Amino acid sequence: MIDYIIRRIGYGVLILIGVNLFTFLLFFSVNTPDDMARMSIGGKRVSDDAIVKWKVARGYDKPLVWNASASGVEKLTDTIFVARSLPLFALDFGSSDSGRDIGYEIKQRMWPSLALAAPTFVLGVFAVIVASLLLVFFRNTYLEFWGFTFAVFLMSISSLFYILMGQFFFSRVLKLVPISGYSGGSDLFVFLALPVLIGIVSRLGSDSLFYRTLFLEEIGKDYVRTARSKGLSETVVLFRHVLRNALLPILTSTVAVLPLLFMGALIMESFFGIPGLGGYTIEAINAQDFAIVRSMVFIGSVLYIVGLILTDISYTLADPRIRLR
Amino acid sequence: MLSGCGDVLNNPHPIGSEKTNTLYVPFTERSPKYLDPTSSYSNDETPFTFQVYEPLYAYHFLKRPYELQGRAAETVATPRYLDKSGQPLPDDIDGESVAETVFDIKIRPGIKYAPHPAFAKKANGEFAYHAMSRVDIQDKFRIGDFAETGTRELVADDFVYAIRRLATPRVKSGSFSSMADYIVGLKEYGEKIIEIDKALRKDLPPTARDLPFLDFRQHAFPGAEAINKHTLRIRIKGKYPQFKYWLAMTFFSPIPWEAEVFYAQPGMVEKNLSLNYWPVGTGPFMMTEFVENRRHVMVRNPNFHGELYPCEGEAGDKAAGYLDDCGKTIPFVDKVVFDIEKEGVPLQAKFLQGYYDSPAIARLDYGTNLIVAMGDSKEKDAEFRAKGIKLPTTVEANVWYLGFNWLDPLVGKGDTPEQMTRNRKLRQALSIALDWEEYIAIFERGQGVPAHGPVPPSLFGYRDDGPAAFNPVVYKKDVEGKPVRRSLDEAKQLLAEAGYPDGRDAKSGKPLVVNFDYLSSPTPGAKATLDWYTKQFAKLGIQLEVRATDYNRFQDKINRGSVQIYYWGWLADYPDAENFLFMLYGPNARALTGGNGANSSNYQSPEFDRLFQKMKFLEDGPEKQELIDQMIRVVQNDAVWSFGHFPTSAAAYHQWVFNGKPTQIIRNHIGYLRLDPALRATQVAAWNKPVWWPIPLIVLALVAAIVPAWFAWRRRERETAARTLASTT
Repeated sequence: MIDYIIRRIGYGVLILIGVNLFTFLLFFSVNTPDDMARMSIGGKRVSDDAIVKWKVARGYDKPLVWNASASGVEKLTDTIFVARSLPLFALDFGSSDSGRDIGYEIKQRMWPSLALAAPTFVLGVFAVIVASLLLVFFRNTYLEFWGFTFAVFLMSISSLFYILMGQFFFSRVLKLVPISGYSGGSDLFVFLALPVLIGIVSRLGSDSLFYRTLFLEEIGKDYVRTARSKGLSETVVLFRHVLRNALLPILTSTVAVLPLLFMGALIMESFFGIPGLGGYTIEAINAQDFAIVRSMVFIGSVLYIVGLILTDISYTLADPRIRLR
Repeated sequence: MLSGCGDVLNNPHPIGSEKTNTLYVPFTERSPKYLDPTSSYSNDETPFTFQVYEPLYAYHFLKRPYELQGRAAETVATPRYLDKSGQPLPDDIDGESVAETVFDIKIRPGIKYAPHPAFAKKANGEFAYHAMSRVDIQDKFRIGDFAETGTRELVADDFVYAIRRLATPRVKSGSFSSMADYIVGLKEYGEKIIEIDKALRKDLPPTARDLPFLDFRQHAFPGAEAINKHTLRIRIKGKYPQFKYWLAMTFFSPIPWEAEVFYAQPGMVEKNLSLNYWPVGTGPFMMTEFVENRRHVMVRNPNFHGELYPCEGEAGDKAAGYLDDCGKTIPFVDKVVFDIEKEGVPLQAKFLQGYYDSPAIARLDYGTNLIVAMGDSKEKDAEFRAKGIKLPTTVEANVWYLGFNWLDPLVGKGDTPEQMTRNRKLRQALSIALDWEEYIAIFERGQGVPAHGPVPPSLFGYRDDGPAAFNPVVYKKDVEGKPVRRSLDEAKQLLAEAGYPDGRDAKSGKPLVVNFDYLSSPTPGAKATLDWYTKQFAKLGIQLEVRATDYNRFQDKINRGSVQIYYWGWLADYPDAENFLFMLYGPNARALTGGNGANSSNYQSPEFDRLFQKMKFLEDGPEKQELIDQMIRVVQNDAVWSFGHFPTSAAAYHQWVFNGKPTQIIRNHIGYLRLDPALRATQVAAWNKPVWWPIPLIVLALVAAIVPAWFAWRRRERETAARTLASTT
């Protein structure tokens, strides 16, 4: 298993280099360093001199990926790509193009993102599993029919609508929670109650139906019949045996996203004024701040790779028959 | 917890905050980019920069037309004029003879900087934080992380430092190119500073962020100097009366050298510790929190020298309550909290719940939208009235007009005297037919006033009883003395005299067709407006050929002078009639200056130009007023523009905010605002009583759903295995 993990990490590094190059090419095919300078300096008049100065100060005056005027290995290394990518692997994010320390910003913004995403995720997975198992439990009854209909109803509504209605109803009509905002410490609950609730409800419909399919697939199998023939109650059959066996596909869809919880929920953060990393990325894209964009893409890729490795490891825990080689 | 007993539950601010003397306002989109006074040049930065810094001058808070007064300076300095040999010239000398203008500006003594670690000193008199290493600032991320602070008195040298710093190559300097044209020696100084900076960083990589301190105290230039501790001398080339308006901008705020030394230490920039985020000033407030794109907090500067609230204003100010705080010391509020609000829905909701005291502290568009919303919806009208929301309006230094191109043979000047008369009558006829009152009612939702000349109200040069307020060519006075647009018959009469009876050329009988260039593409949104223009011309039987293009293309056409009639606007750079009249000054003609002038109509009138030449060098006074009146009469008669409208805009405040006089010119207004926190607390509690009764209903509904499930569960659990199996197959 150790060998496997080391091998996977090796692949991960290659993927990271690829992702980095790809982000780099994509970004610079739509923005030139001159565009970035103009955007970053802003204001009424931007002189050519100021643009040159801006580029030199941030190292954007070099060629993108190939420096023909350099000699030897510097043809490759004395470029924007290498100069800007290498420090990332040492987790040195440097400063944003507007001059702020990216590492510090990420540290600050990670916690609000996590504070929103973690409860949404944990409570969401719990609610979805319970709901889908109940749907399976009541299969072929009118309860399943209405549960199913309700789930389809829930998944038919746009998440934006949940946000607007939630804010309208709980904050403006009932006046029970603030409409948006964020504060650490003991006030956290007041600000997060509504977004977490909306986050759970907006995914409940579609995910319940998906998990229900997974469970239904298991329920017809031989081991279930054996369990029942042993005289186990339906609850025990479902929650102990079926759930455990249906865990693999669930793990695939949940563990991989676990590390990404740090990255934040874009729409939620924007509508509820939560100062997380999701908003940070979007702001950077709008401001054409490549330094932030590449850092966030890099972190996203690292976390996703970590997530996939964790998924593999979790398989061995959920199903002892699986061995990682 | 937020929710104490009897408190509101939906308060986005800390518990009890509504009872404190704190002003809560939102900021939209993003944090201000530049708080460094050398760099700051954008409206969204002004709520911070103009409260923290004190430039030399400021506008009187209440008086209209806008009037400059001293801020850090004692008074507005009277300029002295010198000839080429440096000999003094009389005050009434014509502008052309002046080689240099000298301003000796007295700085108020006793002004102190807000507490800041840059000034902190140890017991032995050395600066506490001027020789730090990276290790020392490892755990410092905000100015509040430094335990010691200090202060010192503001001196003229701080202004000298700031003016020299305009030449810095290290940060953006928005006014340098303009100022280098005026301030004696600044251009050459800029070149010298670039060389000095290069020498300082010659051993450093270009991407280095820790740069050695560039000490402007060591490098002097003649345009700005301190004659003594409290007198600043600025010398500018020629005569430029509008220079005083620049002195009311933050480019002319003091910068203490200690702050520059402090922020130049290694590792500071990486920690975002710089003048750009943590300004150091003498104004009524100081910055205590800067969380990018989230929250900014300013608190009362304990060292503020104390400014008195004005006791005089314009007519109507007393009735509006703007004089109630006469003679009291500002600032009135203890703290100003800016929270990010990216989406419009939560912003408006929080404002209506009373959690923002104003939905937009630096802009007047939001209040205007609220007024329009009140007109559209009776419910909103009732709600805003019931909540006592104040929406005071003002007519801004902004004009929209329909211009005629003077170079055009049909609507322009004309080649022969006869043609000139015909063209003028045609323009006059069109000016009457264009019903701007209707335009304002339909397209501006009533938020504007018709223009009678190029100079907007609230500026010196506009008098209620002067030509700026009444255009006799287009209007006549009714029995009550109010201006009424002349009738269409009169317009038709003028049109016939111009040689186009009923919109047809009297000689050829062909219909008169004119081309109208519009400043945006003919989008569905613009269609109604364009149809309206067509209708206005059709009233005289004239066919309008609309040529609507995107804005860049429109500007190209204007620059080349290849338009006939066009619609455009102008927003003042500074509150001086000169800034509007220069759009009609002959040498500024766009087509003749390769697009560099502002005279888009390419208007040429020797008389107007002569008057303008004289007027631009004058300080505000009766002589200038008389010249402005004459110039307005000239352009009214020539009808080079159909003077369109001056938009009205509105501030928006809750009933517990006082002194919120709307303005887009005055930027240091936050210090004058007063709150009644007790009233706010009462109203917020009344408006936000939690409604609990639906919660038991929701719980009941859930129980109603669970109970049958519970029974079904029980039944299922008791079933025989055979039936369970049967149900799965």
